[in-house]
Amino acid sequence: MPHFDVEKIRADFPMLAALEGGKPLVYLDNAATTHKPWAVINRIRDFDSKEYATVRRGSYRLGERATDMFEQTRKKVQKFINAADPREIIFTSGATQSINLAAYSFGKKFIGAGDEIVVTHMEHHANFVPWQLLCQEKGAVLRIAPITDSGEIIMEEFAKLLGPKTKLVAVTMCSNVLGTVNPVKAICKMAHDAGAKALVDGAQSTPHMAIDVRDIDCDFYAFSGHKMYGPSGTGVLYGKYELLDALPPYVSGGDMINAVSIEKTTFSKPPIRFEAGTPAISQVIGLGAAVDYLAGIGMDNIAAYEHELLEYGTKALSAVPGLNIIGTAPHKGAIISFTMDAAHPHDIVTIIDHEGVCVRGGHHCAQPLMARYGVPATARASLAFYNTKPEIDQLVKALHKVLEVFA
Amino acid sequence: MSYQNELYQQVILDHNKNPRNFREIGDTAHSCNGHNPLCGDKINIYLKIAPGDVIEDVSFTGSGCAISKASASLMTTFLKGKTLAEAKVVFEEFHKMVLGDLDPATQQHHLGKLTIFQGVREFSSRIKCASLAWHTLICAIDKTGETTME
Repeated sequence: MPHFDVEKIRADFPMLAALEGGKPLVYLDNAATTHKPWAVINRIRDFDSKEYATVRRGSYRLGERATDMFEQTRKKVQKFINAADPREIIFTSGATQSINLAAYSFGKKFIGAGDEIVVTHMEHHANFVPWQLLCQEKGAVLRIAPITDSGEIIMEEFAKLLGPKTKLVAVTMCSNVLGTVNPVKAICKMAHDAGAKALVDGAQSTPHMAIDVRDIDCDFYAFSGHKMYGPSGTGVLYGKYELLDALPPYVSGGDMINAVSIEKTTFSKPPIRFEAGTPAISQVIGLGAAVDYLAGIGMDNIAAYEHELLEYGTKALSAVPGLNIIGTAPHKGAIISFTMDAAHPHDIVTIIDHEGVCVRGGHHCAQPLMARYGVPATARASLAFYNTKPEIDQLVKALHKVLEVFA
Repeated sequence: MSYQNELYQQVILDHNKNPRNFREIGDTAHSCNGHNPLCGDKINIYLKIAPGDVIEDVSFTGSGCAISKASASLMTTFLKGKTLAEAKVVFEEFHKMVLGDLDPATQQHHLGKLTIFQGVREFSSRIKCASLAWHTLICAIDKTGETTME
């Protein structure tokens, strides 16, 4: 592996130089949200101060240029996840809205009483609750694929859940709690063999590994901009064009129409059909800068370095007395969830916060998963390519403080 | 500000480790399950009320962080023998104290040893941990049921 110059990368992120309570900030909550490089911050500032106008309306040149930049971002995202066509990229407010859009529009058209939707026991609520609500509304059945103690989908059990009634499989590519990277390509193939469509939740995978939606062969792929070093309020739903073209709109109103009369409305083609109202223009432009920034470093380089951090962190945390790591699958993203015999996750978080270390404590919007492991909550360190081994050492040192307080 | 001086004091750590009145009261109409969805803490409060609205016995079960467990434990030891009216006054004062709206050093109160929780006001994400048991108590006084911290 070529040398990964993390100090050079850290210089790109102004927040990483911040102090927390007088101590250097050790930010290990990247699965929740990530910091932004200057490239993103500056791009938004430049756009807002020199180039800003609304998009897809009016015909003055300023607006035409803004529209052009907005659509260029769509092409950047298309290339970034290797979609076949820019029209397959729908801009949303985040992965949550992306999945809600898919659930609403796909559900309205294709889900009826007695149909079945399959999810897994490790889904984030964003890829669980929309399907649960849809099933309740339509009289459909939600089926849950079980997982092993190490945090992997039990594929034989998953296979048994698929049948002629299965209409959709919704699965995360990388668990936000366990870190498990699921075999989504095989899962999509199994779904298709059963005659079902497949949605992949890419919120935790897109920022950390190279994504090829055509290779995965998913029908939908959802992710957030703010977890991939871009602005909050941005997200993407990818959908295969023919499928998108068959779906009714989710939110309606301005921009997404073909013609409106008092009697009826006809709608635009995708993706505009699903982008009602003025979008988050500056933020989408900023997302484009984030995509450029990540592509410049190379997702394979990022994945390799983060894997090194994961191995280092797993080893270091395992050596803390009474610390239990939850999620030990062989194929993992750089997420380490844990509990400690000595202290509740909430107490862990408060104490290490005062040592300058930010981790998340709680149920991580995955209550069915917490129930599966019989814990009310976990603490979670989630790493990014701007984190370092000394920061992990700082975490371990802070965890020893927890042991001291609760001795 | 130090979390050891303000939050994790010895009395709190002791009540976390050895919670008092950590048991159910089976034969009572007054109980409530309290839940903090933010952190998953669950505190169940049981009350036995004698004639004259006196708290004859109070206990708790559940799981949670050190602050919520210690708060529940100290609350039970504090309330035995008090009237419901007195308990409600202390609830109001406790609530104000952890929100920073009552300073026990300068204002009148009936909080006694419960002032140990005043440091919680410096830790805004932990205020609900300290007050979960008290909200659940009020629920148990009023009726049997469930309450969720929002």
